[in-house]
Amino acid sequence: MRLAINRRQLLKGMITAGGAVAGGLATSAVAEEHPAHPVCPPDAVGMLYDNTVCTGCRACMTACSETNDLPAETLCPIDPAISTGLWDVPADLDSKTKNIIKLYREKDGDSFAFVKRQCMHCLDPACVTGCPFGALKKSQWGAVTWNSSLCIGCRYCEVGCPFEVPKFQWDKWNPKIVKCEFCFDQRLTKNQEPACTAVCPTHAVVFGKRNDLLAQARQRIADAPGKYFEDRVYGEHEAGGTQVLYLSSVAFDKIGLPKLGNTSLGHFATKVSSVLYRYLSGPIVIAGMLGAIIRRNWRRHEAEAIEAQKETGLPEQL
Amino acid sequence: MLGSFKAVSKGLESIDERMMRCGVSRRAFLQFCSSLMIAAPFALAITDKLTPEAVADSLGKVIRPPVIWLHFQDCTGCTETLLRPSHPDLGDLILNVISLEYHETLMAGSGKQAERALSEAVERYSGKYVCVIEGSIPTRDRGIYMKLAGRPAMNVLADVAGKAAAIIAIGSCASWGGIPSADPDPTGAVGVADLMPSRAIVNLPGCPPNPYTLLGVVLQFAESGTLPELDDQRRPKFAYDRDIHEHCPRRAHFDAGRFVKQFGDHGHREGWCLYEMGCKGPDTHAGCSTRHFNEIPDVWPIGIGAPCIGCTEKSIAFRKPMFEVVQIHTRATPPDAYAPIVVPQGSVSPIATGLAGLGAGALIGAGWVASRKFSDKPDDDRVPGAEENKPEDGETKAAETTGK
Repeated sequence: MRLAINRRQLLKGMITAGGAVAGGLATSAVAEEHPAHPVCPPDAVGMLYDNTVCTGCRACMTACSETNDLPAETLCPIDPAISTGLWDVPADLDSKTKNIIKLYREKDGDSFAFVKRQCMHCLDPACVTGCPFGALKKSQWGAVTWNSSLCIGCRYCEVGCPFEVPKFQWDKWNPKIVKCEFCFDQRLTKNQEPACTAVCPTHAVVFGKRNDLLAQARQRIADAPGKYFEDRVYGEHEAGGTQVLYLSSVAFDKIGLPKLGNTSLGHFATKVSSVLYRYLSGPIVIAGMLGAIIRRNWRRHEAEAIEAQKETGLPEQL
Repeated sequence: MLGSFKAVSKGLESIDERMMRCGVSRRAFLQFCSSLMIAAPFALAITDKLTPEAVADSLGKVIRPPVIWLHFQDCTGCTETLLRPSHPDLGDLILNVISLEYHETLMAGSGKQAERALSEAVERYSGKYVCVIEGSIPTRDRGIYMKLAGRPAMNVLADVAGKAAAIIAIGSCASWGGIPSADPDPTGAVGVADLMPSRAIVNLPGCPPNPYTLLGVVLQFAESGTLPELDDQRRPKFAYDRDIHEHCPRRAHFDAGRFVKQFGDHGHREGWCLYEMGCKGPDTHAGCSTRHFNEIPDVWPIGIGAPCIGCTEKSIAFRKPMFEVVQIHTRATPPDAYAPIVVPQGSVSPIATGLAGLGAGALIGAGWVASRKFSDKPDDDRVPGAEENKPEDGETKAAETTGK
């Protein structure tokens, strides 16, 4: 087998090397923005959800769908009996559901717990770090918002999010990314709290400054020791801290909140890339390897061309 | 407006005076006031009081409004609903609260005598009376399909309603045509508002509508000279702002997915939701689900196990098939259908995976073998699959071809 390189492969190689260099420069420039344990800005807002108070009435789901003008998901993939087209029955967060109440049932026994799932609005979100064009960004008050005019539909955010929150509209010709934005345009900028917290009849989910909510959550734990799982707040440190906080009577992983380290995912990603791109070493090594291969092949090709010319008496056609 | 009533009040008496004269008991009047408060809870100034006594006080001072009631293409059902409250006193009372000057079903006179009564009433209270119209008006063939004393209904309407202070179209027929306008509509039936689009008309659709809605509108007009707030179909909002489905007593069964599948089945006897039997409740705006008929709880279609036919909606009643299921526009979630924490994903069986792997492997192998076969000779420009030659010949031939 001979290893030949043509014009197309050469151009491709050059573009790859150039892109790697540019990417390395860009990443090394923003590496400082992702500390391992980001500090919450004082104006950051958040939600505190307490599943010992939630009654599972799903008023928040209806309010969310109406405020964000989302259609009803009438097909439930796991229960054909209720997929009659009458009810809004999403099985998970999807492109028509930004907020959902889920139910955890103990396999043997009567105990159960609700959980409200929506975007966690991380202090250092993996989706924002992963977004190549800045379509997702940390906006005012720390809300993670999405800009349709910048999105290229790469779905890096969907893959990057540890909570599986951003969803892609697979059924649309011009698909968008759907995720909770704290009702940013609809309510937050009009000095109103998000629809779900405004409508909650039992105050199972409350809205406020993240620091205040954290203090409130700690107070609830102090008032009733042993009531809450591990006597701690989920989201205080997880993945560098999130602006949506949880108090639960059952284990967090049972209600679908994953066990994550305390390091921010943006920090982890930039740590890996900063090693690769330190002093442009990665790009230089790759470019050098490519150069060597091209040089080797080029010589061989020249030798072959001379040989072919000798045989046929015609100059090279390439 | 109020002034104009005072002006003609020489010939009319207040409701209190009338009650006294006819010997209506205070208790019956207070019962009536309570029913009126229930029928129009907050929207009417006259009923927006804390107690029935307060309503009775203000209502008693109202001058009895003169009402001229015209019948066109109708079934008299709307009159019946007004005269058939559960308590005999109340029917009598309703007729004491308003001053019914002309009503073809109720008056004793007939023929020329009745005609004279109509023209006298129109003349006497010209510009001050309330004209209630029941039934649709035929327009095809110059309206000859319904005549009153030899004159087409259209002309009578123009005369009588033209001089009225307020026009109320009672029932679906008078509101937009109702049953007579249903396909094939032989008489070209239309509603009052279709013939007099510029006049202030209150539509009270329903088959029949709740009589207290009519009383509420008439009494508010008599008291303050104003009409209640109307929606885009000229229906008073206080009675027609609610969706039947939103306040239906059977809503819990809808939410739980318990539906009547057939009339007389187990669910029907248990009082389950009638949606699948063609109930038009989700698309119909009326107060029926909160204000039942005849002052008896559950006396209304859905309450007695009959699906709503949407009689207050022009686009539904007598146009959509009665048992056709309507689209749901409201958001509802059935209880006990919570999403699980982990959604089970579909899986592929190991055998299928193995077969697919074998297939893919066979394709890749075949491709590899083919590529070896076609490219084992450098500078071999022949078309793949061309005539096979001996290796030595092939090489020389290829060289020759390139040489040429």
